[in-house]
Amino acid sequence: MNHHAKDYILSHDLPRSAMDPAVMAKRDEKLHVAMIGLCGCWGCTLSFLDMDENLLRLLDRITITRSSFTDVKRIPRRAAIGFIEGGVANEENIETLVHYRENCDVLISVGACAVWGGVPAMRNLVPLEDCLREAYVDSPTRPLQQPPTIPYHEDIPKLTTKVYPLHEVVKIDYFIPGCPPDGQTIFKVLDDLVHGRDFSIPAHINRFD
Amino acid sequence: MMEDAIVSSSVKGRKLVIDPVTRVEGHGKVTVHLDAVNKVVGARLHVVEFRGFEKFVQGHPYWEAPMFLQRICGICFVSHHLCGAKALDDMIGVGYAGGKQITETAEKLRRLGHYGQQLQSHVTAYFYLIAPEMLFGIDGPPEQRNVLGLIEANAEMVRRVVALRKWGQEVIVAVLGKRMHGISSVPGGVNSNLDTAARDRLLNGTDDLIGVDTVIDYAQDALRLFYSYHEKNRDMIDNFAVVPALNMSLVDESGNVDYYHGRLRIVDRDKNIVDEMDYHDYLDVFSEATEEWSYMKFPYLKSLGREKGSVRVGPLARVNVTKSYGDDTPLAKAALERFHDYSGGKASDATLHTNWARAIEILHSAEQIRNLLRDPALQGSDLVLSPPEADWTGEGIGVVEAPRGTLLHHYRADREGKITFANMVVATTQNNQVMNRTIASVADAYLSGKETITEGMMNAIEVGIRAYDPCLSCATHAMGQMPLIVSVLDADGKVVDERVR
Ligand code: SF4
Repeated sequence: MNHHAKDYILSHDLPRSAMDPAVMAKRDEKLHVAMIGLCGCWGCTLSFLDMDENLLRLLDRITITRSSFTDVKRIPRRAAIGFIEGGVANEENIETLVHYRENCDVLISVGACAVWGGVPAMRNLVPLEDCLREAYVDSPTRPLQQPPTIPYHEDIPKLTTKVYPLHEVVKIDYFIPGCPPDGQTIFKVLDDLVHGRDFSIPAHINRFD
Repeated sequence: MMEDAIVSSSVKGRKLVIDPVTRVEGHGKVTVHLDAVNKVVGARLHVVEFRGFEKFVQGHPYWEAPMFLQRICGICFVSHHLCGAKALDDMIGVGYAGGKQITETAEKLRRLGHYGQQLQSHVTAYFYLIAPEMLFGIDGPPEQRNVLGLIEANAEMVRRVVALRKWGQEVIVAVLGKRMHGISSVPGGVNSNLDTAARDRLLNGTDDLIGVDTVIDYAQDALRLFYSYHEKNRDMIDNFAVVPALNMSLVDESGNVDYYHGRLRIVDRDKNIVDEMDYHDYLDVFSEATEEWSYMKFPYLKSLGREKGSVRVGPLARVNVTKSYGDDTPLAKAALERFHDYSGGKASDATLHTNWARAIEILHSAEQIRNLLRDPALQGSDLVLSPPEADWTGEGIGVVEAPRGTLLHHYRADREGKITFANMVVATTQNNQVMNRTIASVADAYLSGKETITEGMMNAIEVGIRAYDPCLSCATHAMGQMPLIVSVLDADGKVVDERVR
């Protein structure tokens, strides 16, 4: 990341309580799914929960490893499916995306932001400098007694000039449109994949808004 | 002072990093800085992303704002939508600033959507993100501290959570047309009323949807879970990250929380009113500081300065400010009284009491939704006020109590209705200073001077952060400055973008 390896210690590398091996073995029989949100609003991630009872049914066949719902901070073992919300807007997004591509058999762009950049990509139309001035220099709540501070630090990632859809950065296998796609659409896709069927989204549940 | 300590510790001490913070919305990272004898000299929550809504909304027609600014956040989009709608009301000369109110039906529909969101948002946060520690302990196996672990331990509880969350989402569908990023509010009102079929479905349930009585029952699960957890871990919960801060909430005329509208009230630990204002005056009252190490700003009351004038917002702040709920929400009212008795007439500064407060609000929103569903005003046909063009003010400010706390949108538009300015102050940003105090307090209590540091001790810091249910997506609408030296490669390793500024 922004540091040299020996400069810092990551919490997930520290000694930790061990999981019951029998429970882990049961999870390991299932398909591993890894999920993440990059530059999005978390809405597509919540659509995953919008599968409602179907999610519980699906969890008989799949298990979730790295995701923002779990404390698994890196993909522990090659995953069958990678589920990604949001586009690429900073160097950390790139690193995470590459980590997913390298560790997932099938990678899916979920939602408008992942598929084409979505609302965050509207910033591609504005010079970055103008945005910076707006937020940190011309902001109406800036304390005027001090000079403006603009975030820049080794502990926060650098931004890309533009917001990119995922497939411009790594190979993506499937795309699910929508802002967000419905829970039932996500269920249809995952259910197809879990059962080795051809991926398809029928017109009546496909949406673009 | 802390700055100097952190800089000098990086020479001889150690830096511990949580990357990413998990079971929160959006992207955050924590660094803890230790000196040579393992004493904690500083701890920071870094918000590591940014998006830039304030700038790129400019030039768009004003009526688009509530539609796409709700894309700031997928979990509290109704709050963003309503905040934007209230700002647009002001702009066309309807809102509270002009003293002309939207119709009863319109206001009640807006409230219904908002309480539906509060229910589903709090249920999602409480059970999927926060509850795992209550069952498995702060230092439980990381693979277990999540919804998978909850299902393995108590599938019936998760089944009830899924049903409750689904019902909250269906309330949102009934008002806004879809579960996320729908449309209901238009300048001056709403676009449709609640039809009786949707109402009856929510009240009585169907084959695959619970009815409102079951909702009220399930909505008490969060409190039941908190009480039993509190019973067994009283010392830990009451003493975990007790951090001083003022409490802020929108209140009605009697000084109790109003999630949709009111005046902004700020109280101290003794519940004395420190400040109270019409939120249209926020620019006179608040400043926002910026630190180099985070994209998230630090708001505070100008009159008191950053140290004393930082406020807490969200469930804990609201139950601290509120004296009582109405008689029409009797179960939540009783739960609030129990909370107030426990904190002995003072505002609680105990971070983990936020989860107690959130559980009370789950019940409170369920009861409020039930009352609204039974209210015939929701079937009214008087939906929009359309004032004459001469009433156009070109400026609007909206504030609501979002699930995570006080949310503000402020827009200006030109004569053609194009947005020329937008500013948003979101709840998670209001809590920035208090969250940083929280992690410093937890780091000191759990890590300072320890020979061996474990993953579980570091998770304690995340437990402190999760209590605020921070929405780090919301907090990153502002843009930051970065010299750009980032290359973007395509799938074949070809450079598609490389800039050095
Ligand atoms: S596609 Fe829509 S719902 Fe999904 S992350 Fe982007 S803005 Fe949010």
